[in-house]
Amino acid sequence: MSAGLPLLSLMTFIPLLGALFILLLRGAPEFVAKASQRIAIGTSLVVLGLAVHMMMGFDGNSPDFQFVEKVLWLPAFGLTYHMGVDGISVFFVLLSALLTPVCLLASVQSIETRVREYMVAFLVLETFMIGTFCALDTVLFYVFFEGVLLPMFLIIGVWGGARRIYSAFKFFLFTLLGSVLMLVALLVLYSKVGTTDIPLLMENPVDADLQKWLWLAVFASFAVKMPMWPVHTWLPDAHVEAPTAGSVILAGVLLKMGGYGFLRFSLPMFPDASMYFAPMVFALSIIAIIYTSLVALVQTDMKKMIAYSSVAHMGYVTLGIFTFTRQGIDGAVFQMISHGIVSGALFLIVGVVYDRLHSRDINRYGGIVKNMPVYAVLFMVFTMGSVGLPGTSGFVGEFLVLAGAFQTSTWVALLAGTGVILGATYMLWLYRKVVFGPADNADAAEMEDVTGIEKINLVPLALMVIALGVAPYLVFNYTAPSVEKLVMQVGAVADALVIQPESFDALLQDGAAHEVAP
Amino acid sequence: MDALPVFLPLIGFLIAFLFGKQIGDRGAQFVTCAGLIGAAALSVSLFFDVALGGNARTIEIAPWIASGTFEANWAVRLDTLSVVMMCVITIVSSCVHVYSVGYMSHDEHQARFMSYLSLFTFAMMMLVTADNLIQLFFGWEGVGLASYLLIGFWNKKHSANAAAIKAFLVNRVGDLGLALGIFACLVLFDSVQFDTIFMQASSQSDAVFRFLGHEFHALTLVCLLLFIGACGKSAQLGLHTWLPDAMEGPTPVSALIHAATMVTAGVFLVCRFSPLYELAPFAKDVVTIVGALTAIFAATIGMTQFDIKRVIAYSTMSQLGYMFFAAGVGAYGAAMFHLMTHAFFKALLFLGAGSVIHAMSDEQDMRRMGGIAGHIKITYVLMWIGSLALAGVPFFAGYYSKDMILEAAYGAHTQVGMLAFWIGIGAALMTAFYSWRLLLLTFHGKPRADHHTMEHVHESPFIMLLPLFVLAVGAVLAGYVFYPYFVGEEVEAFWGASIASHEAIHAAHHVPSWVPLAPTIVGGIGILLGFICYQFTQGIPETVSRIFKPVHALFFRKWYVDELYDAMFVKPAWVLGRRFFKGGDQMIINGLGPDGLAKASRAGSGVLSALQTGYVYHYALTMIVAIVALMGWLLLKLKGLI
Repeated sequence: MSAGLPLLSLMTFIPLLGALFILLLRGAPEFVAKASQRIAIGTSLVVLGLAVHMMMGFDGNSPDFQFVEKVLWLPAFGLTYHMGVDGISVFFVLLSALLTPVCLLASVQSIETRVREYMVAFLVLETFMIGTFCALDTVLFYVFFEGVLLPMFLIIGVWGGARRIYSAFKFFLFTLLGSVLMLVALLVLYSKVGTTDIPLLMENPVDADLQKWLWLAVFASFAVKMPMWPVHTWLPDAHVEAPTAGSVILAGVLLKMGGYGFLRFSLPMFPDASMYFAPMVFALSIIAIIYTSLVALVQTDMKKMIAYSSVAHMGYVTLGIFTFTRQGIDGAVFQMISHGIVSGALFLIVGVVYDRLHSRDINRYGGIVKNMPVYAVLFMVFTMGSVGLPGTSGFVGEFLVLAGAFQTSTWVALLAGTGVILGATYMLWLYRKVVFGPADNADAAEMEDVTGIEKINLVPLALMVIALGVAPYLVFNYTAPSVEKLVMQVGAVADALVIQPESFDALLQDGAAHEVAP
Repeated sequence: MDALPVFLPLIGFLIAFLFGKQIGDRGAQFVTCAGLIGAAALSVSLFFDVALGGNARTIEIAPWIASGTFEANWAVRLDTLSVVMMCVITIVSSCVHVYSVGYMSHDEHQARFMSYLSLFTFAMMMLVTADNLIQLFFGWEGVGLASYLLIGFWNKKHSANAAAIKAFLVNRVGDLGLALGIFACLVLFDSVQFDTIFMQASSQSDAVFRFLGHEFHALTLVCLLLFIGACGKSAQLGLHTWLPDAMEGPTPVSALIHAATMVTAGVFLVCRFSPLYELAPFAKDVVTIVGALTAIFAATIGMTQFDIKRVIAYSTMSQLGYMFFAAGVGAYGAAMFHLMTHAFFKALLFLGAGSVIHAMSDEQDMRRMGGIAGHIKITYVLMWIGSLALAGVPFFAGYYSKDMILEAAYGAHTQVGMLAFWIGIGAALMTAFYSWRLLLLTFHGKPRADHHTMEHVHESPFIMLLPLFVLAVGAVLAGYVFYPYFVGEEVEAFWGASIASHEAIHAAHHVPSWVPLAPTIVGGIGILLGFICYQFTQGIPETVSRIFKPVHALFFRKWYVDELYDAMFVKPAWVLGRRFFKGGDQMIINGLGPDGLAKASRAGSGVLSALQTGYVYHYALTMIVAIVALMGWLLLKLKGLI
């Protein structure tokens, strides 16, 4: 237990406090809207400040969980309120804390109805996001992990576009389907190991046969979240209908929960099963990369194209994680951080022109570089980040993942590598159609350049894309011990054969599981 | 201080790009030109220190990536190979920078143009001064970005945008090969550092590597994968299609990027990895054959084109082929020698062509030129100098380097070397022919441009001619002056440890006496043929192309490679994308998944419809309550049973 402030809990629950405060606001509607915007942004900035403070206090040389808080929660069940971050999760906390104020700022002008509720939803979302990455107890994790669904569902369903209801439900149902299976897995795990404590579970893997079932159940949940092919079709719809900020946070943080889940649960808790299923993950990842890249190529809806590109980029993440190599996992973690910034920024970029012309159709634009030079430059930086140009953050993750994959299978590296070409194809195509070319659409050509608020949002993100590309070691300095430990853990288990294989059928004889299975 | 020549262009880029509006076009031009000229001066002084003084060294700048054994830092590696490249890059780039001040003077975005040129130069400098494969890759793709931005500089034009994207994508294909080569190095040597790799090379000379299910000789595999990257960047056969299209960019860009510097990066890569290539004879043979075939392939097309810039572009491709087969037979010094001389005379030719285009009111088609020699005398003379150097006429720069390459190919005394030699002789004939075809069509004969254009024909301003003079001096003297160092008596002392072997160079000095004469003779024949076809007689080219119509069509349509690739890769990608989207995502996945389920449940849920209030938050609330209830129930059950 850390002696100082419960930093993680503060970061997790301050947004909730802010939300509560907003709900208590009374007065004229305009006043309430303005005030709730200010409170929400202020709150999220406080959290960001705390996150930066946390980074500065984080000991990059240790693979252990830090800023740990452990309080007995429901003693009757042995549940504890257990929070902590290691070198991997610390960046996801930072990412969440970074993107929330960005989203709120981007919403100031574009969200005009039910502003108060919107702000509340976003702050609640932040609570759940940060909680997910800090939780070190399966029950706590599950509550946060599922909790994320609710505000996101509402953000799409209430403030979304024309087909928002369809998309919101699709999003909800897909993710719920996965989570129910995960819940079962977590309960089985509890019954077998007797604890809900994540660090303990990470160090005490269950036997190999059971692992396979649990792995699959957990996989269902994380695969939907990533999303992996073929359970990805909710993502384009969700992105298209979500308001800009919803897309940003969805691509920026929510998708990372899947990858984080693999790193926190699948690999350390089910190492044998992870090894066993790795070829399947490779296959799905490669399909995701090639298939969705090709699909992205034929999109005419800007948001849909970027959504599909997200699926492809997440394919690299799953690929990297399941190579079990240092480079692969380093690359996957970095790719998630980078994609969080780049794709979030790309959705903001789309939002900028959408706010002006209310169209996501690529063909409605063209030749806007003349009137929007600053916009064109920012868009170019994120485009290059997305195609993984060296010197941008996108390169580091992709390249390391491929390096890791090459060590596992040269075929996998070659096939996944084609995504690098395809990714450049659709992104450059998009850029060309929107920014370059003759100004065929007069209204598009006359749009004004990025405004002050948009700049405040986009410029720091662009600088981050470059900074992370030039000095990625800053991240690896923190992640190295944790990733090293993870690689060792999986490697060690892979070497030692697990004795006493126990089948799932045998488990079903067990009364506890019997109730769970159906 | 040692790193300054690398970073001056970056500083110039940042100032011109970010503050172009504040400092104005003039300010941007001044900053970038000053940066480049400074970098060139420093590079030359480094040349004396490092190459002639033998003070090779590496300067670490900053940490970059560290993931296990995958460790790379930002560094500036100074050895003879890199300082030679640095000199070529900064000198040509300075000339192009200054030239652009005049050439682009009517453009709206001069500051942006200058900044891109500097950005390119920075990336190219990072490429050649890398001390590890990752920084090399950074420069490699960085020049690709700059090339993309500059080809598409006139971004209103569809053709410019298409060419820019094509260049980026075709290069990416090559880059994938290079990336795989880097990974193979990482696996094989546990490092991406040049020194570590080269040190272990001989101990891995028998290693075997499993790649795509087949056993390969490890070093051969690495070399071939790297060579794929080199083919992309240097427009060698198979990955060459982007280079002619890249002529859509402003002419100074073509001179700097697509003639003198970027396209030679592949040659540099092969020379840099000479310690590995020397241990991979099969890979060397492949390099030789691809280089030789490119040399002749491009020359055949160059003879038939009418766009003045495209002719020079194909000529560049052809000359790059020479450099590759020189490296392939182990004459790395000769490859670098030709790289250096070629940079001067080809940049001269391109900038001269720019001067012509400038004079002809942006006309590029040689069929609408002619009869302008008297109007632009200085340009005319400079183009002659460039062409003489290109054709390898004695005592001009190209003579020394091209002869050396052909002698080395002959001196290798291998079948592959012989093949390259004879192909090289054939290509030399064609080179001379198309060079004079270009000169005569452009400058001689009756004017074929309209009256209006002819009235405006004018010599370029001094600021455009000055850089041409500098390059012309190089095109005349570079061969004679540097011969002893690059390929002559000083060769070992000059290159030091930066090149692994000079055996092929030594062998080249002991070939039969007719061999050095052969290229000069065929060059003379080529020039004569040019005069016969385009000056002394009339109608021969038309007659020849009519008689050999299929062959002419094959050459003129660039061997139909673009059409082939379009049918093989481009169209299928779009078709597949559409199939996957409509068939895969929408029909199968959504149809069987969520939409199908929804339909099915809607059909059977008339009873439940009363519960459907249509309010989102009702659904949400119901769901969350259900989740919590389910979870609580399960927990209680479990607790009771454990």
